[in-house]
Amino acid sequence: MNEIKRVSEKTSNRILNSVFFGGGTPSLIEPSIIGDVLNEIQKHWKTKNNFEVTLEANPGSVDAKNFKAYKEAGVNRTSMGIQSLNTKDLKALGRTHTVEEALAAFEIARQNFKAVSFDLIYARQNQNINQWEKELSLALSLEASHMSLYQLTIEQGTAFGDRYNRGLLKGLPNDDTSADMYDLTLSLCEDRGLVSYEVSNYAHQGYESIHNLIYWRYGDYIGIGPGAHGRLTIDGKKYATETVLSPEAWLKKVECDGSGESNSVVLTDQQQAAEFVMMGLRLKEGINYQRFKNLSGSAFSKTKLNFLKDLNLIEEKDGYIATTNSGRKVLNSVLTELLN
Amino acid sequence: MVDIEKIRNFSIVAHIDHGKSTLADRLIQSTNTVADRDMKEQLLDSMDIERERGITIKANTVRIDYTASNGEKYVLNLIDTPGHVDFAYEVSRSMRAVEGSLLVVDSTQGVEAQTLANVYQAIDADHEIVPVLNKIDLPASDCERVSEQIEDVIGIDASEALEVSAKSGLGIQETLEAIVTKLPHPKGERNSPLKAMLVDSWYDAYLGVVVLVRIMDGVLEKGDKIKMFSNGSVHTVDRIGVFRPEMQSTEQLGPGEIGFITASIKQVRDTRVGDTITHEKKGAEEPLPGFNPSQPVVFCGLFPVDSSEFEDLRDAIEKLALNDASFSFEMETSAALGFGFRCGFLGLLHLEVIRDRIEREYDIELITTAPSVIYHIYMKDSSCIELHNPADMPDLSKVDHLEEPRIKATILVPDDYLGDVLKLCQDRRGIQEDLTYAGSRAMVVYDLPLNEVVFDFYDRLKSVTKGYASFDYQMTGYRQDNLVKMSILVNEEPVDALSIMVHRDRAEMRGRAMCEKLKDLIPRHMFKIPIQAAIGGKVIARETLAALRKDVTAKCYGGDATRKRKLLDKQKAGKKRMRQFGKVDIPQEAFISALKMDG
Ligand SMILES: Nc1nc2c(ncn2[C@@H]2O[C@H](COP(=O)(O)OP(=O)(O)OP(=O)(O)O)[C@@H](O)[C@H]2O)c(=O)[nH]1
Ligand SMILES: [Mg+2]
Repeated sequence: MNEIKRVSEKTSNRILNSVFFGGGTPSLIEPSIIGDVLNEIQKHWKTKNNFEVTLEANPGSVDAKNFKAYKEAGVNRTSMGIQSLNTKDLKALGRTHTVEEALAAFEIARQNFKAVSFDLIYARQNQNINQWEKELSLALSLEASHMSLYQLTIEQGTAFGDRYNRGLLKGLPNDDTSADMYDLTLSLCEDRGLVSYEVSNYAHQGYESIHNLIYWRYGDYIGIGPGAHGRLTIDGKKYATETVLSPEAWLKKVECDGSGESNSVVLTDQQQAAEFVMMGLRLKEGINYQRFKNLSGSAFSKTKLNFLKDLNLIEEKDGYIATTNSGRKVLNSVLTELLN
Repeated sequence: MVDIEKIRNFSIVAHIDHGKSTLADRLIQSTNTVADRDMKEQLLDSMDIERERGITIKANTVRIDYTASNGEKYVLNLIDTPGHVDFAYEVSRSMRAVEGSLLVVDSTQGVEAQTLANVYQAIDADHEIVPVLNKIDLPASDCERVSEQIEDVIGIDASEALEVSAKSGLGIQETLEAIVTKLPHPKGERNSPLKAMLVDSWYDAYLGVVVLVRIMDGVLEKGDKIKMFSNGSVHTVDRIGVFRPEMQSTEQLGPGEIGFITASIKQVRDTRVGDTITHEKKGAEEPLPGFNPSQPVVFCGLFPVDSSEFEDLRDAIEKLALNDASFSFEMETSAALGFGFRCGFLGLLHLEVIRDRIEREYDIELITTAPSVIYHIYMKDSSCIELHNPADMPDLSKVDHLEEPRIKATILVPDDYLGDVLKLCQDRRGIQEDLTYAGSRAMVVYDLPLNEVVFDFYDRLKSVTKGYASFDYQMTGYRQDNLVKMSILVNEEPVDALSIMVHRDRAEMRGRAMCEKLKDLIPRHMFKIPIQAAIGGKVIARETLAALRKDVTAKCYGGDATRKRKLLDKQKAGKKRMRQFGKVDIPQEAFISALKMDG
């Protein structure tokens, strides 16, 4: 509550679009606390008409029985970490819920919330394209209005990357197979009218996550709680903020210093431009080219743009630059090319 | 003053890893030359790279005082030599400074290729040879069999071979006794004009150029004015001493003694290994026979990964060359790699050692280009060019013919693997010259083109024989053959640093192998990349690296922005480790790895 008050003092004149309770296991919080937090928020900021309040939930039975109470507290959207519709793989991913529990929880969620989304992870170890096609078809038959479908990707510099480098991760599909899986996912989703509006997110028109779109459109957001990041424009400067990671330390810091913030730096125009492109090109709609030019003070090199256009990786339309379906799949390379 | 009859000078020679440096340790230790608390394994291998790889690269001299069982005091000068074939030159010049050799043979292994090579050199230098069977502490040791081998294969008497464990110290007293009783004392005249052999020289950060000398005749004292025979330059000796093994000053060095001098010599280049040093006044008339300087046989380009480090690289190379006369360099420019140096080495291990030292001691990341040998190009106008770099190959219409260097390779191998060895040599265009047996071991002699051997022959030989074969070679001369320059084109653009000289009959095979290798080594790009091998304008092999299809972070939300931006910056830095050829990034290790042949 103190943190909400602290950050709101600098931004009280602004209008809030959304709130997202996420990270870890937010649904362990008592519904009454969620209600209190939302009340506190509404005391400090005006909120939009279609104010979106999302709760990240585990698909286990415990969470499901609280859904009604969460709804009454003000939550109107849930995002469920189902991860897989295959019980054996769920175990391998370290999840405690079963497929049956997940499906049941999903039903209860749908009865309570206007919008329900769930996550699946694919291109998993030892998963072939046929298995994924079956799993995805089952998922699509649930007719959720929004799905996040993540490929298990190995990024250098992460714990997964280390394991992979040490040869501890075997049976991962190769790049070609994961590209095929991605293509298949896109076409099956589109057959059902789910638009791939972001690299890993699929939604019926009007059901895109308002909250996440703010990240990708490089809007402002406040991070409250341990290990939360924010991007906040104050007096024309964009700040990148970060809070203390460990919950205990965060709590202590808030109590002693009156602030959980561990870091707040002003982003340079170049950094902002880079983040804007990096986030915005994840979206099908792409980035407003003029906004990029305003931020960075320069345009992209014509040769680079043409090079990427000739490869059918990006397109330019109505003042927007956007990745094509194939461009989005190799976004990291596109970014390195554009931002170098 | 040391009585010449009480001096014994000897080198310790052996095949690689047979225990020379360890034997030197025991000789040093048992004579209390070095206190026990200062002892460490392979004490004389003092360079970082020697300790890390567990091999000797530079020969080292130590003076030992020994009181023999007859009560007489002796002065022993031992030279520990390297075993690896690349550094054979160190062995041969060390032998010129001494009268005898301890021939160490690992009694669990037996006679190997460098054992033979060293014996021939020792005989050539007129040495008394004392065979030492080492590692008798090991269960696999078989002195009887190895003695027989020495007699059969080498043809020297092994009935009195010493049985030693350099590790445990067994047989060390006997070895010391054998040194004083079996090896001859040096000969020389104290009263004759000074004749000192310049055995080696190196640059010391504190002392400047240090010269290792062996006095043949006369006496050298501190303050003497000395003259180099080769160029007549005169210097004043400001320091004189011996190695124990650290430097210890003395007043003079007399006939038969081995020691060092410093004389305010500016550059190692002013000292020529094999030169004769005499006094400026009343000097000797005739120089000593001397010996030939070493010749680099393998050449490659060294370029800084970060082109802004060129000057640092120049500095590093010049400093290293100060200490290593067998390493040569000249500036090179490559269309693709920018400024760098074309360097000459004694062999691939020598190349690796220098490259490692530059990368580590000077912190410069390097791109190493394909190693090449020196080709002789005979032009139609009957002039002859030495080609060190395939990229410099002249226009073919002006070339009459090419000659390549050949070697005589001696390989010792257990019977079971003979077939594999013969196949390997045959594949590398070898011509068999000899095949003999000693027990269950075969000795094959092949005439081979050096360019087929230089790169990965030794690795291949080790792998096809599970490490049981040993190999030694000598350059024999040049011979004409059907050689062509093969270029590699990546995305339609020739990459000069990847072009190599090959035999016409092997070009398709090599071309295919290189294209396949490069296909694995070059990361996928956003577009497909043709990789071709060509001779002249004609493409002889081709592979296509498919376009990258998937390279995107699956999850990226508000909390990931900072991390992701930093990751992108890191990727930019990663790209620096690659070289751009047109739109294609080639990783630095590709230039060498592309050449490795699997078959
Ligand atoms: N068991 C046993 N091992 C030994 C003996 N002598 C040497 N070694 C081991 O053999 C290995 C090689 O010994 P070195 O003394 O470095 O051999 P080297 O001949 O100097 O090798 P290079 O200088 O590289 O040619 C080391 O691991 C030694 O510990 C011995 O008498 N017994
Ligand atoms: Mg050694």
